[in-house]
Amino acid sequence: MSAPSAPPLYGLVLAGGHSRRMHRDKALLQYAGRMQLQRALELLASRVQASFVSVRADQRAEPTRADHALIVDLAPGLGPIGGIQAALHAQPQCAWLVLACDLPFLTAATLDHLLERRDPRRLATAYRSSHDGLPEPLCAVFEPACREPIDQWIAAGKRCPRQWLAASDALLLEPLEAQALENINTPEQYASALGQLQTGTTRRLRVRYFALLREQAGRADEELASAARTPLELYEELRARRGLGLAPEALRVAINDEFGDWRTHLCEGDTVAFLPPVAGG
Amino acid sequence: MEEPLFSLHDTALEPQRLRERLQQHACGGFVSFEGWVRDHNEGRRVLRLEYEAFAPLALREGARILNEARERFGVQHVHCAHRVGALAIGDIAVWVGVSATHRGECFEACRYIIDEVKHRVPIWKKEHYESGDSGWVNCEHCAVAAQRREPKTEAESETETSDAHEHAQSHSHSHA
Repeated sequence: MSAPSAPPLYGLVLAGGHSRRMHRDKALLQYAGRMQLQRALELLASRVQASFVSVRADQRAEPTRADHALIVDLAPGLGPIGGIQAALHAQPQCAWLVLACDLPFLTAATLDHLLERRDPRRLATAYRSSHDGLPEPLCAVFEPACREPIDQWIAAGKRCPRQWLAASDALLLEPLEAQALENINTPEQYASALGQLQTGTTRRLRVRYFALLREQAGRADEELASAARTPLELYEELRARRGLGLAPEALRVAINDEFGDWRTHLCEGDTVAFLPPVAGG
Repeated sequence: MEEPLFSLHDTALEPQRLRERLQQHACGGFVSFEGWVRDHNEGRRVLRLEYEAFAPLALREGARILNEARERFGVQHVHCAHRVGALAIGDIAVWVGVSATHRGECFEACRYIIDEVKHRVPIWKKEHYESGDSGWVNCEHCAVAAQRREPKTEAESETETSDAHEHAQSHSHSHA
């Protein structure tokens, strides 16, 4: 009997790897002043009901991870599929939007496209890699019905989540943006990614909040350094960080004291104001 | 030097003084509108309210509206004054005045100005209710809709309320 609506969606950031090739904990790497782990959680925040960080048992006390709700691998040494398995067992009624923590080029647009195309009647929805056309498991939705097939896959001694997706009833999408799913595993790749993202650059910006947003943010204004290129990207970042409850569709934006466009490119020193629905007169 | 067309005030508006500024011997007609703080809204008893403004943009957009009114209706002298801060029941929240050669365009311009001010100027109103709670007018149901948002399926899209909230939608209360 099929359910009339999609199962609730939870988020999982995979941060249980050993980062062997990076020689540093990948989850803690920073781009534009923010740690990978934090950025992944911010991308998830407005798209799922709750987010968790996938860890190995020995990472439970690691300070950056310990601040978050954790899901611990059921068995050691399984790699990413172990993290996915543990989540499916932790919340068997939920679907999981799984993100690796080493995707610095991942965008809100790529995530939203995945979620719009998600087919909950299939076992999973994932992108094809733009390199080889094979499924990319590290930015994908796994439905609750995956739990048993994945348990069986692991029990049979198999580990590769990519091969599991290829062999299963998964909906595979053409990538929306080629670079979004590029993952960064070595110091050389990190240096190169930093260089690319740095020209995207951080800017010092001032933000003003009004009315209900001001109350939700807990402040009337703030100054920050952000890599957000547009007011829309800035709002997504602040929405997660400040727990703002209004969707951008409900707001207008002002840049430097004049009504603005959500997709205008921001400049150093800009003031961006987010305006809830007005009620004057 | 010309007075600003749209002004914000954190103390009580003085209609007599505002009216005097628009008195001109060439004008044969004058129309004014006052919005008063009412003691109820959407079935709830209101004790008091607060207005908050994004001042620089409110002044700019307000001036634009008043200039539009002058051009569209051919009226000579216009002004809109809006309160900010804490208001009590019966206080004047907004004052609009128009003077012109003839009365027809005065009525039309006045109506246009108050309607546009209510839709476009970045000013927000928080009502405090007898029950003890309070709410930002036009904001609360947007916040509820955003929190209820989940990934769409066909079944769920039917139950989704208007998340794409039209900014210029009609307000939850209007003056008489």
